Amino acid sequence: MSGASRTRVLRADYLARVEGEGAMYVRLEGREVAEVKLRIYEPPRFFEALLRGRAFTEAPDITARICGICPIAYQMSAVRAMEDACGVHLDQGPLRDLRRLIYCGEWMESHSLHVYMLHAPDFLGYSSAIEMAREHREVVERGLRMKKAGNALMALVGGREVHPINVRVGGFYRAPTRRELGAVTDQLQRAREIALDTVRWAAGLPFPQAVCEPEHVALAEEGGYPIDRGRIISDGGLDIAPAQFDEHIVEQHVEHSNALQARIRERGIYLTGPLARYALCSSALRPLARDAAHDAGLPEVCSNPFQSIVVRSVELVQACDEALALIDSYEEPDAPAVEVTPRRAVGHGATEAPRGLLYHRYEIDEDGTILDARIVPPTSQNQLAIEEDLRAVVAEHIDLPEEQLALRCEQAIRNHDPCISCATHFLQLTVERG
Amino acid sequence: MSSPPKHEGSPPNQEGSTPKQSLAVWKFASCDGCQLSLLDCEDELLLLGERLEISYFLEASSATVAGPYDVSLVEGSITTPHDAERIQEVRRSSRALITIGACATTGGIQALRNFADVEEFASIVYASPEYVSTLDTSTPISAHVAVDFELNGCPINKHQLLEVIAAHLAGRRPRVRAHSVCVECKRRGTVCVTVARGVPCLGPVTHAGCGAICPAYDRGCYGCYGPMEAPNTPALNARMAELGCEEVDLVRVYRTFHAGADSFRQASEAHERR
Repeated sequence: MSGASRTRVLRADYLARVEGEGAMYVRLEGREVAEVKLRIYEPPRFFEALLRGRAFTEAPDITARICGICPIAYQMSAVRAMEDACGVHLDQGPLRDLRRLIYCGEWMESHSLHVYMLHAPDFLGYSSAIEMAREHREVVERGLRMKKAGNALMALVGGREVHPINVRVGGFYRAPTRRELGAVTDQLQRAREIALDTVRWAAGLPFPQAVCEPEHVALAEEGGYPIDRGRIISDGGLDIAPAQFDEHIVEQHVEHSNALQARIRERGIYLTGPLARYALCSSALRPLARDAAHDAGLPEVCSNPFQSIVVRSVELVQACDEALALIDSYEEPDAPAVEVTPRRAVGHGATEAPRGLLYHRYEIDEDGTILDARIVPPTSQNQLAIEEDLRAVVAEHIDLPEEQLALRCEQAIRNHDPCISCATHFLQLTVERG
Repeated sequence: MSSPPKHEGSPPNQEGSTPKQSLAVWKFASCDGCQLSLLDCEDELLLLGERLEISYFLEASSATVAGPYDVSLVEGSITTPHDAERIQEVRRSSRALITIGACATTGGIQALRNFADVEEFASIVYASPEYVSTLDTSTPISAHVAVDFELNGCPINKHQLLEVIAAHLAGRRPRVRAHSVCVECKRRGTVCVTVARGVPCLGPVTHAGCGAICPAYDRGCYGCYGPMEAPNTPALNARMAELGCEEVDLVRVYRTFHAGADSFRQASEAHERR
């Protein structure tokens, strides 16, 4: 770029391969990034309002409809919050194992969708997985087999892939038999092999340079990689119970976004999702996933967000391996659900959606009627971190031709697999240079 | 639904072969789950990409081709002034317009606002509701433009979606049965949860298509495929009342994912008045 006064506008009218609708605005003054806005204009659907007056037992089915990509995450945070309100804690045993199992299915489905169909085309220079398949057919077919295995697990435990019907407050409507679960073992074993291949393949992709070091926030608990429960911790000193979420995390409503932006009260911007889980909890990975990460050369904390595709692949290994272990050790429960009696109370639930921490809080009446609901999806929490990444990526790659810089910005947004439908929410990307 | 004529804007012939028909996928207020159903066709997706020109499908591809399109799949309901204009453009650029899912077909879960004060809804969720541009109602696509086929379900069934697309390519009517979920239970061999165990179930008034999943998982149908043709809700409601459903429950069961569908809306309002 010749002079600081040169005006250049980069524009990519639509950022594709994300879930939902939004826009991006980047303004450059000379070589400085003056302003970055992730604009989310997905129409609001007012879930927190329409939940008021509903029965506490309806929350898992209603909140699932916030997101067709990660309905299990919504169902799991909802049931956990309702059970918390009612003093029921399913922290061990076959019902909890089944919950982790179906959640593993969702991680497999969502991560393989993102890795192969939404993100990989960026690295290999294609507009879509379908176009990519013309030259890399075996790669795309591998991804589709992986995705299909995740969906098969969701459909087996949950009844169907999108908006599963079997999850309820207290457990499930019907618990699968050992024999039924055994039917997917072969498919999951093949998926685990594909996941290991995926890590090796992803590690060899060309990664653009970028250094981003946000505060990482994830769930953590003894004895396993975070999925369905735990304390909320960070590498900036946060260590709280889900019930303390509001004391430490604030949400702001800004004019350019129909998604609220979250920040840590004391410090500000933070990141949730695969990079955060890996940074905080890689020691809790199963040995197979840990070894795969090590062999792929992943550092303990991955500060290049473009490598999130490798971390997501490692989590695919984790999810497959854990699902197989859960099936192997599964003992059929005496009843598919425990009794949950409502009482006037507030309950909190935090679980790890594929793209990050998902927090639910409900206040319910003594008859179980929902009085108040609050839902903080991962993409709301990651909005500011994504904007920070864009600043870093634009600064690092400022000498790229306009079109390439715009593409790199889009790729950087996709690093975090934003689910804009969740956060409210199509991305229109504008890079303006002043 | 007949096969639309090829338009001049079709992709160029490859060595004189028949030009591919073009497909566009549009999103309005929704959860993305129904368009995901297309990507969930893991065994058929690449073949679909060979048979059709996927001209506009932002969830899957950053490459877009200008219309007109032979087939548009529309997901989501109309909830903003901008979307009310955008659907007109989609209709103008589409030879056939097919709605996919509950939101596009009956207004979706977000149509619960139709029974409430939307300003109050906005103030519950947003600190600065004045930043939010929204309509008072969530309405189906058919309330705004002519629709060639409606595929219902929350979410749609991916096998039905493939049938609807294949039928369009072949220029025949899609084989999507309009009977109730009860028929699917009988076919599947599921023992009736209402008769055998007294579990309230919307199966008798709900459109088939899901495969009667809920009763097979020991749960009553919750109506996510919307009303069947001419549902007898009063008769079902009398039975559900005998099974212990209170008025509030009867209002709730019809006010979920198809609250805006005429018959379900009338059923909920009948019990709300009592």
